[in-house]
Amino acid sequence: MSQDAWLTAEVAGPKKASLITKPEIADAMIRRAKRPIFIVGSIAAEIDLEEKKLIDYIILMARRCSIQVVATANTNSEFLKRNFTPDAVMPAVDIGNRLTDPTWQGVDGKGPHDLAIFVGLPYQMAWTILSGLKNFAPNLKTISLDNVYQPNARWSFSNISVKNWIMNLEAILGNREA
Amino acid sequence: MGTRDISIRIKEIETEIGQIKDIRFSVGRLAQETWDEPQGPTPFPSITALRDWDLTLLKRYKPFYLPFCDLCCLCTFGKCDLTGDKKGACGITMPAQQSRIVLLAACIGAATHTSHARELVTHLITEFGEDERLDPGGLNIKVEAPITRLVCGVKPETLGDLEQVLDYAEQQITSLLACTHTGQEGNPLDLESKVFHTGMIDHLSMEVADIAQVSAYHLPKADPDAPLIDIGFGTVDTTKPVILVIGHNVPPAVEIMDYMQENDLVGTIEVTGICCTGIDMTRYSQKAKIIGPISWQIRYVRSGIPDIIVVDEQCIRTDILDEARALQIPVIATSEKNCLGLPNRTGDRSDAIIDDLVSGRTDGAFILNPEMVGEIAVRTAMRMRPKHKKKKGSILSPDEAIEEAKRCTQCRECRRACPNDLHISDAMRAFGRNDPTMLAEIYDACVGCIKCEQACTQDIPIHSLIIIAAGEKLKNEAFRLRAGRGAIQDIEIRQVGGPIVLGEIPGIVAFVGCANYPGGGHELAEMAIEFANRRFIICTSGCAAMTIGMYRDEDGRSPYEIYPGNFEAGGMVNVGSCVSNAHISGAAVKIASIFARRNLRGNYEEIADYVYNRVGAVGVAWGAMSQKAASIAAGFWRLGIPVIVGPHGTKYRRMLLGRSDHDDDWYVNDARTGEQVYVGPVPEHLFIAVETKEEAMVMIAKLSMRPNDTSRGRALKLTHYIDLHRRLLGSMPTDIHRFVRLEADIPITMKEDIVAILKEKDWRETVIPDPTLIQKKEGSS
Ligand code: SF4
Ligand code: SF4
Ligand code: SF4
Repeated sequence: MSQDAWLTAEVAGPKKASLITKPEIADAMIRRAKRPIFIVGSIAAEIDLEEKKLIDYIILMARRCSIQVVATANTNSEFLKRNFTPDAVMPAVDIGNRLTDPTWQGVDGKGPHDLAIFVGLPYQMAWTILSGLKNFAPNLKTISLDNVYQPNARWSFSNISVKNWIMNLEAILGNREA
Repeated sequence: MGTRDISIRIKEIETEIGQIKDIRFSVGRLAQETWDEPQGPTPFPSITALRDWDLTLLKRYKPFYLPFCDLCCLCTFGKCDLTGDKKGACGITMPAQQSRIVLLAACIGAATHTSHARELVTHLITEFGEDERLDPGGLNIKVEAPITRLVCGVKPETLGDLEQVLDYAEQQITSLLACTHTGQEGNPLDLESKVFHTGMIDHLSMEVADIAQVSAYHLPKADPDAPLIDIGFGTVDTTKPVILVIGHNVPPAVEIMDYMQENDLVGTIEVTGICCTGIDMTRYSQKAKIIGPISWQIRYVRSGIPDIIVVDEQCIRTDILDEARALQIPVIATSEKNCLGLPNRTGDRSDAIIDDLVSGRTDGAFILNPEMVGEIAVRTAMRMRPKHKKKKGSILSPDEAIEEAKRCTQCRECRRACPNDLHISDAMRAFGRNDPTMLAEIYDACVGCIKCEQACTQDIPIHSLIIIAAGEKLKNEAFRLRAGRGAIQDIEIRQVGGPIVLGEIPGIVAFVGCANYPGGGHELAEMAIEFANRRFIICTSGCAAMTIGMYRDEDGRSPYEIYPGNFEAGGMVNVGSCVSNAHISGAAVKIASIFARRNLRGNYEEIADYVYNRVGAVGVAWGAMSQKAASIAAGFWRLGIPVIVGPHGTKYRRMLLGRSDHDDDWYVNDARTGEQVYVGPVPEHLFIAVETKEEAMVMIAKLSMRPNDTSRGRALKLTHYIDLHRRLLGSMPTDIHRFVRLEADIPITMKEDIVAILKEKDWRETVIPDPTLIQKKEGSS
């Protein structure tokens, strides 16, 4: 497992994401978080994970782990098609910007989020937004759940196979009751 | 050259307003002018003269920084790690560093346009004389140079008059660039203000460049019926000698066409262009053809069709000589800014140069005389053609390509280099099994960067394979583009000014910029069509204008064949090349001056305040790539015109985002009552990257709202916003209450739904003010 960016040239600075080497790491972070939030990009509905799409895993995870969801771009339609209503619909940079504001009370107005989980955004867009958060949201933890290494997240998978990815997502889900 | 010593004059103007006229009139070329409009407060503004206005905008639209690099390596103290709240050895913080890099990019962009303008003006003065009259629109245009009038407070009448404007621009850019030096400006917002200033200068120089070339070369003069010209690979008659011109500075291309005209060769040689030189030469001659935007360079050169390549400046692949050499295509470099390492042959005889190029004794020549270039390019192409014809296909045969694909080891390094994350390795596997479908699909989203080839561990010429797999697609690229018309007529402004500022024409959408598209150019055309059908005014320029033309509806028509070229609701207005972008900002400025009769002269802040609060214009740079795109965007920002970029746009390192949830940010002064009035987040952002075409369309509709919209106008704009949000994002937007001021703002057809939302949000009616962000200074009337 390596800390090489998925796009070879997108090397980060001195501060790089720690690797999620086993699903328990992500699971523990989600458990510990008081106000986690998912930021789900449009690619989540395109990625096939065997018989499911990535977005189906997100929905299961959001429900089982009580994670609020921000849908960026047209991801909202895909959620709605699956009878899941996201907590907010807004551009990825807009939610990114708000997460750098320590006074922002979150999508439900009940207090700042302490964990942001990114998934399904175009790689470089996630890279740059996570860089914004790495530098300007010191109190926020970030995870990337894509199967590619995102150096600017606090935690990220390395570049892993789809099979490995599914195993990890299933394992996180498996720890929760349906 | 015209008068000099502009720095002294500017200083005087900045500090002793009363002396402006004396100083300028005593030394200036414009002493003979007869313009009676009173001079405004900021002619030839210094780099801080409009700082208050910038900070007013930046208070609403705070930078959201997206560091693209955590380090700084600009001086030998570095590298410095700026992560988080660390500072560099010079004391600079991460926010300031990001703004500094944005300023640097904007300076590069503005310097490029200014230098281009200087080169053009100098050349045209040599050719036509400094007294050549500026005439960008005949009788249809009285406000010939709105940006120049606005920024400089002068009214240029001749080519020679433009030199003063460029003197000023060059001086400003030098100072702005100096601000990026180590230990200079370190406050992020001050740096941002300077970014805005750079953008303003950029539009000034673009205007100079375009009105100079339109006037001297008689390019279409604000003509909505500018001719439809050919665009696309498939329009080229490959049986004729073919010249390819790449770049932005049109004189060498003009000379090529003049030489053909003078020697009765028109129709016997194909003159084809890529990038803005392509656009500008088709404004000069309908016979010229455009191949496509910047991303078509590799595919066209590798096709082996061009017999000679002439490059001028900007956005040319720096490896063009290598690519051309591989196919024995000679190259002529024509700009001091892009010599390509070639020997300077400007002083040599044409015959000797042509012999050397044709025989292959030299790869190319650097020639600084456009007239010589005209002759040499034409004669060389004619002699090269038979030689090239003898060669077997210049790229691989389909069978050879499949053999190449079979060598793929599925290492995926290509995909890890591809900016659009295209599934190249999977496609390569399929192609190796004789199935070209996947690779052909990649063609549509490929930006022609050949990063994949650089990464390939097996040295497979991936891009060439993509072209071969796409086969017929490329050959079928034959479309029609309306030649760049230049400026917008005063009469057009008079006709649409009212409906625009009242909101009854829902907006002006400007599709501009480069071709670094995230998912193929068709997305841009689809957006343009959507908004033309919604009766917005569509403006296009540069690579974006070409891309929109390279699209067909089911009847085979390009958008320029479907929609009129008038600046009116539902019009598709190609203004021209990159430098023609100034006509788009110029149109917004002219609405304030011609329609609303506001004084233009040296009156930047008031006009920007007018445009910001009233003119629902939105820029879309879907494939923005260059530093010029950064400075063009900055010029729009200072006028209060929001800009949307595609997902690659986050790499510009910072957004300028409003916070719709911060009610306090969205108050304006009501010029009628002096009261502060909440107007909602309109426009919500000044610079935003969005993720998909669908999100972009919703954002365009949203950002077209302005505080001055009448209820009828607002209802119309809300209809578009809600309709697009529902259709493309799947639901009603949840922020409607922020945009409804009065019940009359609610679109009738959606009344029930909206009233329910307003109730839930505890909405209260407010008023429609006469909006301004400018606080009247105490004592002023
Ligand atoms: S300019 Fe400043 S931050 Fe950059 S390398 Fe030099 S000292 Fe470090
Ligand atoms: S040339 Fe095309 S396929 Fe290759 S890296 Fe660039 S965009 Fe991707
Ligand atoms: S880099 Fe070359 S060898 Fe590797 S997968 Fe791509 S095409 Fe195949």
